[in-house]
Amino acid sequence: MLNVDNLVVSLRNGPQILRGVSFGIEPGEILALVGESGSGKSMTSLALMGLLPPALAITGGTVSLGGTEITHLAPHQRVRRNCGKVAMVFQEPMTSLNPVLRIGEQIGEAVRVHDPDAVPADRAKELLDMVRIPDAAHQLSAYPHELSGGMRQRVMIAIALACRPQILIADEPTTALDVTVQRQVLGLIRDLCDRLGVGVLFITHDLGVVAQMAERVAVMYAGMLVERADVGPLFRAPLHPYTAGLMACLPDPESDDPLLATIPGAAPRAGAVPDGCPFAPRCVRAASRCRSGALPLVHGGEGHSARCHFPLTAAASA
Amino acid sequence: MGRYVLRRTGAAIATLIAASIVIFAFIHLIPGDPVYVMLGDGATPEQVARLRNRLGLDEPLVFQYLIWAGSALQGDLGQSIFFETPVTQVIAEGAETSILLAVITMFWIVAFGVPVGILAAIRQGTWIDQGLSGLAMLLASVPTFWVGLYLILIFAAGLGWFPSSGFPSVFDDGGLYNLRYLILPSLALAAPNAALILRLTRASMLDVAREDYVRTARAKGIPPYRVVLRHILRNALLAVVSAFGFTFAALISEAVVTETVFALPGIGRTVVQSILRRDYPVIQGVILVIVCLYLIINLLVDLSYRFLDPRVELE
Repeated sequence: MLNVDNLVVSLRNGPQILRGVSFGIEPGEILALVGESGSGKSMTSLALMGLLPPALAITGGTVSLGGTEITHLAPHQRVRRNCGKVAMVFQEPMTSLNPVLRIGEQIGEAVRVHDPDAVPADRAKELLDMVRIPDAAHQLSAYPHELSGGMRQRVMIAIALACRPQILIADEPTTALDVTVQRQVLGLIRDLCDRLGVGVLFITHDLGVVAQMAERVAVMYAGMLVERADVGPLFRAPLHPYTAGLMACLPDPESDDPLLATIPGAAPRAGAVPDGCPFAPRCVRAASRCRSGALPLVHGGEGHSARCHFPLTAAASA
Repeated sequence: MGRYVLRRTGAAIATLIAASIVIFAFIHLIPGDPVYVMLGDGATPEQVARLRNRLGLDEPLVFQYLIWAGSALQGDLGQSIFFETPVTQVIAEGAETSILLAVITMFWIVAFGVPVGILAAIRQGTWIDQGLSGLAMLLASVPTFWVGLYLILIFAAGLGWFPSSGFPSVFDDGGLYNLRYLILPSLALAAPNAALILRLTRASMLDVAREDYVRTARAKGIPPYRVVLRHILRNALLAVVSAFGFTFAALISEAVVTETVFALPGIGRTVVQSILRRDYPVIQGVILVIVCLYLIINLLVDLSYRFLDPRVELE
């Protein structure tokens, strides 16, 4: 349904931030996009939304939804052309709602645009019920500062659903929340995905959440997708050394070692990405041919691929 | 809500009391005895003592203050030493000019500063923005009297569109048409303040435009003009509204100069003349009235803030 093909995003007259990102999402499916801060996860989501900041632009590739290309369209242009819709739940629920408008108005505003025939207040209440906010009718007249972080994130999800999206992007929707609230919000997203058949792009750096939520995973590093796979194969047998490194960093409850494992070095900044494989400077397996030229796409089974000269699993073949 | 109004009003009254003590005290600390000024050098000690007694200047300072403050509360600000009429009457004579001048000036400030600031913000980085911001910088940095003199030179002396000085009351012949006398002075007075409001509106709009909730609004797919009006402008105005209180304070001091340049019979000119005449009661009375106005306007700004920003209640 959503098809992202070789997407390139650059600073105006500057370096590439996203360097040829491709993936697809089907209805009712959750694709997790994993990577460190600065790897380009959020840029990917803003590019899909048509909400890139003015300093950035899509300079290559296409985004299409249900067969219609929506690459360079801002959200209001997508509404006007009546094409498929992508909605987004942002990372920071405390600052993502307008402090001076009531919750009902903020949801109603989206309803009026996407559901012109509905009564905004009724639809807004229905949406609050859908995201399991107790006493929805009463909460419509609340201001954002009167709600907890978890409740605000539910309101954000309600606003996203008011746009009747085919694709929902959730950009680290639970990082700012308490652990108990995190579980509820994650459960809600999973449930809405199943019930409404919405495809979800779930952005996170938390591999534990990935295992729990997603069907498929894409691992991002320095603006590139370095590995794509179903959740099971990825966790059992990662191909890319970076993916394996991320997994080694997960705390192991059995281990006596008080130190957490880390990947040495730091991810390159945009504009200072080395030639060849961007992970080479931090990779124990790197050899001279990793440091220049194109990277081969290696396969490790059904839908499992990585860009690496020296994949971890021997079975992988180019 | 009720408690908020009470707290704000209480704070305003406390400020007023403190201000009244300062107003009363500092005028007595300035050298120059009004009694000698009034009577001239040749006055006999008896004459001096009599006038001193009549004006209450021989009482202890604390009593003088209490008597002054007590009568002020009853609307009696004392007698002008120079005019020998009640101070309230002296103030009332200048009030019409000053109030109308302030209202018209505020109108220019709001009517130009805010919309042009919005325009500059929406067109950020274009030649429109750079032109408007540059013009604002220029207007904010030239003194009011200079703008006033140039306006007189061009529109009064040169083109003859507006009168250059004076102001007959709107209750005299000509009625509201007499307001044309206030056009040039109010423009001169508005220029630097409108420029400041313009720059503040622009900066505040650009600040708010970077907020996460503006991105949320765009993500909803609502038309861009609605994002600007409902989400950016609404929040940007919070900063602008609170600046109006300070703008008013600036207006008062700049009005003194403007009224002098345009020979307007306003309160500002009264103050200047009273200072030269060492007419203490008038100076005290005018400053007290100005402080009251300032406090009332800032109280109104605070209260309107409460309606514009629902978060204020919590603080």
